[in-house]
Amino acid sequence: MTVVAPDGRKSEGAAQVTDLTLAQKIAPTVIVDRARALDRIATIDRIFHQLTRGAAIAVLIILGGVIVSLIHGALPAIQTFGFGFLTSQAWNPVNDNFGAWPAIYGTVVTSMIAMLIAVPVGLGVATFLTELCPHPLRRPIGVAIELLAGIPSIIYGIWGLFVFAPFVQTHVQPALIAGFAGVPLLSSLFAGPPYGIGVLTASFILAIMVLPFIASISRDVFETTPPVLKEAATGIGCTTWEMMRYVVLPYSRAGVIGGVMLGLGRALGETMAVTFVIGNAHKVSPSLLAPGTTISATIANEFTEAVGDLYTSALIELGLILFVITFVVLAIARYMLMRLERMSA
Amino acid sequence: MRSKFLTRAVLTAAGLAVWANVASALDISGAGATFPYPIYAKWAETYKKETGNGLNYQSIGSGGGVKQIKARTVTFGASDQPQKIADLDAAGLTQWPQVIGGIVPVINLEGVAPGTLTLDGQTLARIFLGEIVSWDDAAIKKLNPKAKLAAAPIVVVHRADGSGTTFNFTNYLSKVSADWKTKVGENSAVEWPVGIGAKGNEGVANNVANTKGAIGYVEYAYAKQNKLTFTKLVNKEGKVVSPATESFQAAASAAKWEPAAGFYEILTDEPGAKTWPITAATFILLPKQPQDEAAAGEALRFFSWAFANGGKAAEELDYIPMPKAVVALIKKSWADVKGAGGKSLAP
Repeated sequence: MTVVAPDGRKSEGAAQVTDLTLAQKIAPTVIVDRARALDRIATIDRIFHQLTRGAAIAVLIILGGVIVSLIHGALPAIQTFGFGFLTSQAWNPVNDNFGAWPAIYGTVVTSMIAMLIAVPVGLGVATFLTELCPHPLRRPIGVAIELLAGIPSIIYGIWGLFVFAPFVQTHVQPALIAGFAGVPLLSSLFAGPPYGIGVLTASFILAIMVLPFIASISRDVFETTPPVLKEAATGIGCTTWEMMRYVVLPYSRAGVIGGVMLGLGRALGETMAVTFVIGNAHKVSPSLLAPGTTISATIANEFTEAVGDLYTSALIELGLILFVITFVVLAIARYMLMRLERMSA
Repeated sequence: MRSKFLTRAVLTAAGLAVWANVASALDISGAGATFPYPIYAKWAETYKKETGNGLNYQSIGSGGGVKQIKARTVTFGASDQPQKIADLDAAGLTQWPQVIGGIVPVINLEGVAPGTLTLDGQTLARIFLGEIVSWDDAAIKKLNPKAKLAAAPIVVVHRADGSGTTFNFTNYLSKVSADWKTKVGENSAVEWPVGIGAKGNEGVANNVANTKGAIGYVEYAYAKQNKLTFTKLVNKEGKVVSPATESFQAAASAAKWEPAAGFYEILTDEPGAKTWPITAATFILLPKQPQDEAAAGEALRFFSWAFANGGKAAEELDYIPMPKAVVALIKKSWADVKGAGGKSLAP
């Protein structure tokens, strides 16, 4: 190693070279550059940190702003109707008397029926795709389901009104009415003239809309099950059903519940498709064939033409109620996931 | 359906094109009722070609139009529901009817051709109250002794959104049925006793077209363009009339237009042997002391031009121009629209 001394003489191994001496000797500028570079990196880091924190805080501010403005807008209706708003069936713009019960009932009932149909079918589709389907068919069917999720809801609405509702009116509803005519309870559930559109038709459309969410998410989480577990199950003589029931589903239940909740969230808030086929009548009817309404459909239909402060305020309070319902559903989902995690831990 | 869709698309595109290159020319803006939108857009297109001045009309609904003009965010507002003179004075607005249309009951009944079934006000009210539930009801049979009416359930279709059409329709039912007046009343939105709701004239038209046994009410233009089965009605003098230009015009002529009352006139259940009982005018609202005098003056010139030259275009789109005598009254009332110096802005 050759060391160049400050006086320019070369000495061979004469002096001990340390980092310090080296630095003093050759590179004061390099040191400064390095410090600057480090400074710059630290600054960029700080900016990035602030930006991400800002984004996170912005979400909270927006959420808070939405809640505050909803409550502020709903205040006249809350003061006028109190808690009676939640249970009243009135919806009378002529003498400014409003109640939310038909809309709440319609929102909850259509979503529940949609989930009753979509969850078993969606899980079935996912099971078929991961376990039973011949390999060449898996991709086409999987892509088809994802495409189903990408169709805008207005298309479902138009299809529902022009194609599905007339079919339901002429084929499905008369059969349901005739079939359950003598049966207690069920006869009142499927009573009345066949309108074609109504609560049941809206539930069917919602089921079709949330099906792809549940199916594709369930498929993805089913696939995360380690093959060794499935092979072990098959090895001890499990049928496909037993393997799904006792191995795959317990392993992936958190993901499946997440998919179901995502679907439920969409069903609760869905507006356009429901507006087209539910009938938009502010009535609670025991019959599922009768027209009804949902919170989001009511707001979408009536907000632009709501004349008078109380009318507008009642619609905003409906929005607030939907907000609360969605929040409660999410909270329940979180709680279920937490319990599952604790149980498995 | 398709032709109406195309007309609308073309008009919208034309409207956009007009809107896009008026930046330099005098620009007027309006907002309100959806019902007269096609004819306002058509007039705006022609007017732009003739004068170079454009109109940007947003069809946001009558309620929205009234709100916007009260907030003075547009040059003029448009509403299917006239404002009472007290409200007009409070908001410093003047009001006049611009064009007339008819509201017709439409049905979907197998074997019944357009314009062959007859209904009267009482029967219509009882159907919409849910008291008549089947098409072979004695009341309908009595009015149509020759028609073959099956025992099919009646599906009532009404508007789900607030609407000037609903206001005029419920106003008519309130006039002819005491029951309707006490149980439901008249408004742009009411608590419907029965039926399914649909958004907009086109929503009602589509629902009626798709639902067997349905009955609804739409503006005449929508019934005609969607080829729906409209009904005849029995008018105030007991005569059976068909919806047509003459019967709508008869209603407009029979009405007593009062400039002092802001032309507040609802053309339902008017007298006259030829009168269609559910006729409706659509109104323009303009501030009496506009902030932008140039735009307000231009708006008056536009409507004056429309009264003089827009009749044919209106009839092509199934609207009815205002009778000449009424137009003279309206133009006289424009003297109220004054600039800052107290000078009238009327053309």
